[in-house]
Amino acid sequence: MTIADYAFWLFSICVIVGGFCTVISRNPVHSVLWLILAFLSAAGLFVLLGAEFVAMLLIIVYVGAVAVLFLFVVMMLDVDFAELKAGMAKYLPLSLLIGVILLMQLGIVFGPWEFSDSAQSLRAAVTPEDTHNTAALGLILYDQYFLLFQLSGLILLVAMIGAIVLTLRHRKDIKRQNVLEQMWRDPADAMELKDVKPGQGL
Amino acid sequence: MIQADLNIILPEILLAIYAMLALLAVVYTGKDKMAPMLTWLTAGVFAILAVWIGISGEGENIAFNGMFHDDAFSRFAKVAMLLAGAAVLVMGADYMQRRNMLRFEYPILVALAMVGMMTMVSAGDLMALYMGLELQSLSLYVVATLRRDGVKSTEAGMKYFLLGALSSGLLLYGSSLVYGFAGTTTFAGIVEAVGHGHAPLGLLFGLTFVISGLAFKVSAVPFHMWTPDVYEGAPTPITAFFATAPKLAAMGLFARVLFDAFGGVVGDWQQIIALLSVLSMFLGAVAAIGQTNIKRLMAYSSIAHMGYALMGLAAGTALGVEAMLVYMAIYVTMNVGTFAFILSMEKDGQPVTDIASLNMYSKQSSGRALALLFLMFSLAGVPPFLGFFGKLYVLRAAYEGGLAWLAIAGVVASVIGAFYYLRIVFYMYFGKEGDALDAPRSLVQQVLLMASAAIMLLGIVNFFGVDAAAQAAAAALMPH
Repeated sequence: MTIADYAFWLFSICVIVGGFCTVISRNPVHSVLWLILAFLSAAGLFVLLGAEFVAMLLIIVYVGAVAVLFLFVVMMLDVDFAELKAGMAKYLPLSLLIGVILLMQLGIVFGPWEFSDSAQSLRAAVTPEDTHNTAALGLILYDQYFLLFQLSGLILLVAMIGAIVLTLRHRKDIKRQNVLEQMWRDPADAMELKDVKPGQGL
Repeated sequence: MIQADLNIILPEILLAIYAMLALLAVVYTGKDKMAPMLTWLTAGVFAILAVWIGISGEGENIAFNGMFHDDAFSRFAKVAMLLAGAAVLVMGADYMQRRNMLRFEYPILVALAMVGMMTMVSAGDLMALYMGLELQSLSLYVVATLRRDGVKSTEAGMKYFLLGALSSGLLLYGSSLVYGFAGTTTFAGIVEAVGHGHAPLGLLFGLTFVISGLAFKVSAVPFHMWTPDVYEGAPTPITAFFATAPKLAAMGLFARVLFDAFGGVVGDWQQIIALLSVLSMFLGAVAAIGQTNIKRLMAYSSIAHMGYALMGLAAGTALGVEAMLVYMAIYVTMNVGTFAFILSMEKDGQPVTDIASLNMYSKQSSGRALALLFLMFSLAGVPPFLGFFGKLYVLRAAYEGGLAWLAIAGVVASVIGAFYYLRIVFYMYFGKEGDALDAPRSLVQQVLLMASAAIMLLGIVNFFGVDAAAQAAAAALMPH
């Protein structure tokens, strides 16, 4: 066994333990932390596969942004997790069944999985030898997959419009700052000087 | 190379640019005040694009390394979707404006959904398929929730979103298995890798998952649960939109995947599609009987109709695809007319959806009652209306494709389903006396209702040439 093999086993075990504990921990904050462990280990597995760019993306996007966002949501929102989990027992048989089916499908890899005869020659993005991963991805993304790249841009636009449509409210009864109005205000109409005599008041 | 590619997808590019420019222009000017104008403008753009695609398109053009196919099949679907989209936009504008929900984002989101649908029917690659599907679905989730303060509308949007996300997951998982087998995601590569005869186990799993994901989108049983709730909860003009163009796009996509990518293993998917078809026809027919809300009723009706359209696909022949396309074109026309009527159902200015409110409608407005009668007879498949010939087409295709049992099941389901369409007719002509509905306000809805009813009767002469176009479209999809 080489170091890479040891690393593979270490990362795989961490992913599985992390995933399992995410589901079973009682404290939602712990769940999110376990989830981060699973993400980090998955990133390690990607590095072992020679996909450094995807590994870094996983850490930056999922750990750096998504998981931290989860953490904030979990801590800020008052979600009753005990109540959410109460329904778990009811759906456990069904979810176990789905889990077993998915596991069996993964198991096909060790059993009757066949590749097509032409799969090797048809492979779309063969990893190039002479250049590193980020450059290779860029070449494919902006050239061969140009259409897909633009379409994903449109999808993000729809997501943005959707978020605004569904949440933006124009409230009429609040006071907004009008900078120009503030600057054009003349001290002569806004202020009045009064000479207050001692002991008399206004 | 890129110039030739861009030329082929010019209609999609123009529509996307239109949507973005319109968004900018309206945000910086009148916002919601411009919405009615923008809705009509978008409908106009749809109509112009439909005419342009219909007239100028020629031959088979492949762009972006096989990711995008512009052929007779995709052009047929695009013209039908664009026209349906335009009709639905204009007939809903007045309804939404009076209820203060016509927001300027609505036509823009519909235009972006249309870009997604046009990509779907042209997809030549699993990734392009997914991108088109997501673009369409995301826009639809948002418009379903457009009345964001209404409980029903938000519930509809949420249900649609969650189940849609689940179906996208199934589709992606299936795609990954297919990719794992074939080593490529382009349909041309997959069909080459799969070859003929029988698919191995892993590929079969992938194929089944892809079909399940797509069955969600066409709301075929057993993936139909979202349809009645979403149809009922979404604002009626948006329900009308859901029932027309997206259904056609999903059916077109279904045909494209099955024939372009898995055309060599027809035997493997035929039985799955036949099962989906027979379940949809029966559930749609039986479950609609108990419905009193016309929107829910139309949801079950659409499930049943998808069953018939799938029957055409199950035949696995060029005739089957042709029948499916003719059926879908007729279905969309019928639905435009029926929803034009549903949109005009009001009592004291409030929309009503209870079918009992149609009691003795014939006395109140005999012309409109007659038009709805034509549409209901056509939906039920009663000769001599166009809907009958649509059904005949798919039944013949199934019979000639060696699925006589499926054709017989289709006839039986059609007889059961006729009950609830005829019940509406019964209410209109022989029902109890009740409160009358308001007189219709919108001229557009009137015109579309009458035009659609007229097509149901006049179309039987020569189908307006749709069958010839569908034949060319089906031929384009078959392996040469």
